[in-house]
Amino acid sequence: MTLEILGYSFIQKGLIAGVAIAIICSLMGMFLVLRRYSLFGDALSHMAFGGISLGLFTGIYPLWTAFIVSVLGAIGITKLRKSTKISGDAAIAVLLVSGLGIGVLLISATGGFKVDLFSFLFGSILLISIEDMLLILGISSGVIVALVVLRKQLLHLTFDEEQAKVSGINTDKLNYVFVILASVTVITSMRLVGILLISALIVLPNITAIMFGKGFKKTVMLSVSMSVISVVSGIILSYYLDLAPSGTIVMISVAMLVGTLLLKYVNVLGKSQELQKTV
Amino acid sequence: MPMNVLEVSDVSIKYNGHLAVDKINFDVKEGDLLGIVGPNGAGKTTLFKAIIGLQNHSGKIKLFGYNEADYQPLLPLIGYVSQKVVFEPNFPATVSEVVSMGLIPERKLRKGAMLLKNCGYSWNLLYQKVGKDSDKVLECLKTAGLESLKDRRIGDLSGGELQRVFIAKALVKDPVLLILDEPVTGVDADAQNKFYNVLKKINTENKITIVWSSHDLEAISKLANRVACMNRKLFFHGEKEEFFSNKELLKTYAESAMQMHMHDHN
Repeated sequence: MTLEILGYSFIQKGLIAGVAIAIICSLMGMFLVLRRYSLFGDALSHMAFGGISLGLFTGIYPLWTAFIVSVLGAIGITKLRKSTKISGDAAIAVLLVSGLGIGVLLISATGGFKVDLFSFLFGSILLISIEDMLLILGISSGVIVALVVLRKQLLHLTFDEEQAKVSGINTDKLNYVFVILASVTVITSMRLVGILLISALIVLPNITAIMFGKGFKKTVMLSVSMSVISVVSGIILSYYLDLAPSGTIVMISVAMLVGTLLLKYVNVLGKSQELQKTV
Repeated sequence: MPMNVLEVSDVSIKYNGHLAVDKINFDVKEGDLLGIVGPNGAGKTTLFKAIIGLQNHSGKIKLFGYNEADYQPLLPLIGYVSQKVVFEPNFPATVSEVVSMGLIPERKLRKGAMLLKNCGYSWNLLYQKVGKDSDKVLECLKTAGLESLKDRRIGDLSGGELQRVFIAKALVKDPVLLILDEPVTGVDADAQNKFYNVLKKINTENKITIVWSSHDLEAISKLANRVACMNRKLFFHGEKEEFFSNKELLKTYAESAMQMHMHDHN
């Protein structure tokens, strides 16, 4: 039965793009979660919503306007945080509501919601074209390469920004590169789960993986695996149950988190950790 | 005659509108273990931040005889351990992963190495001789007595163990100068002693120059060879024996420390 569904080209495209997105969201999300930027993805995607509305309003390809508006918003908020000492969560709220505000304003100006907008809001991974898929693969590869190259510096910056600066890392520049990479990740991933659920992909696999009490490398590998499993099983399950893929993916991630919490509660993970300590 | 690693001349620093450091002068010679004493709020941390390039100041700071405009490539070669490192309690990194963060890529060291060579400093490359990065990390973990904890997650350590992790992280870059800002505040006596042993070892065996601020006069009298005493201004700078035989100075220090202590608790 499973083989049969893998024969459909829309499922194939969806799975390939989905796996790429699962990987970049999990990798980028690890740094976002650890820097207490968990909702940054949400804020960026709301900025993107404003950008998409701008694209639909002006007739420019919406993903480009979404990208530009998100990146500008992210850079703006980084500057604002630095110069005014606004706290991280407040800065994220500013970004989120501004994006939403622009979006709602422009939608009302264009005369209400359109089908296009719904696919951005809730995701439409099974509707992507081969060009879309190739674009997602290309951008994801770029993000992965950038993260692999910058991993040591990003880890140091995330762990202790002051020490990172002292050891010669240009932290200002790296912070900008970081928010731009985060914007690219969010815009690319919108096709999978949509603007409204993007934070799920960024946050859930990472907080679940962190609970296993492992070091950085192992935690990243766990998070990527869980992210990929939830996307692949979510797409397949949603096909058979005739449900929305985005919601199914997110709920599988939630189930993994709850399952891990339960394991921790009955102390299976705790015991294994203690075992490690005594060995 | 050992060369001057650090020279601080007439350095003043304004912090939040008031003068936190007032015209301080002292130097640190190669191989020194300089203990800086002073009550809370004496400006020690602010002064350290100025040395490592994180704080604006007036006056001059020289590293290996180079002026600030020229010594920037040397900054990554200073090991700095701050008073308290705040990180996510469940940060998913092991002890050896945190120590590895201290490694500096070779291309970033080239300019600094050139400056050191030009001023005739024989850079102690003990760890570089070891070879691979992972071996360097292991060597530093051994020095800090952390070998058995290398795979432990950082959030599971005690305060004393954590401070030794940060020392190891600072050591892994072959520092030309190690600056420690009250490294054992709030750590129990046993852990403090372990820490002091590590400190002595890296100063005498690894021959690393150290500047260390502390309230623990007894530890300073045992470990340091020179002492600086400050409370915004510098009250003393010289050989340890001279400091500890100056009863007047010790009395003034005790009084000002007590005043600050009372002030902190009111």
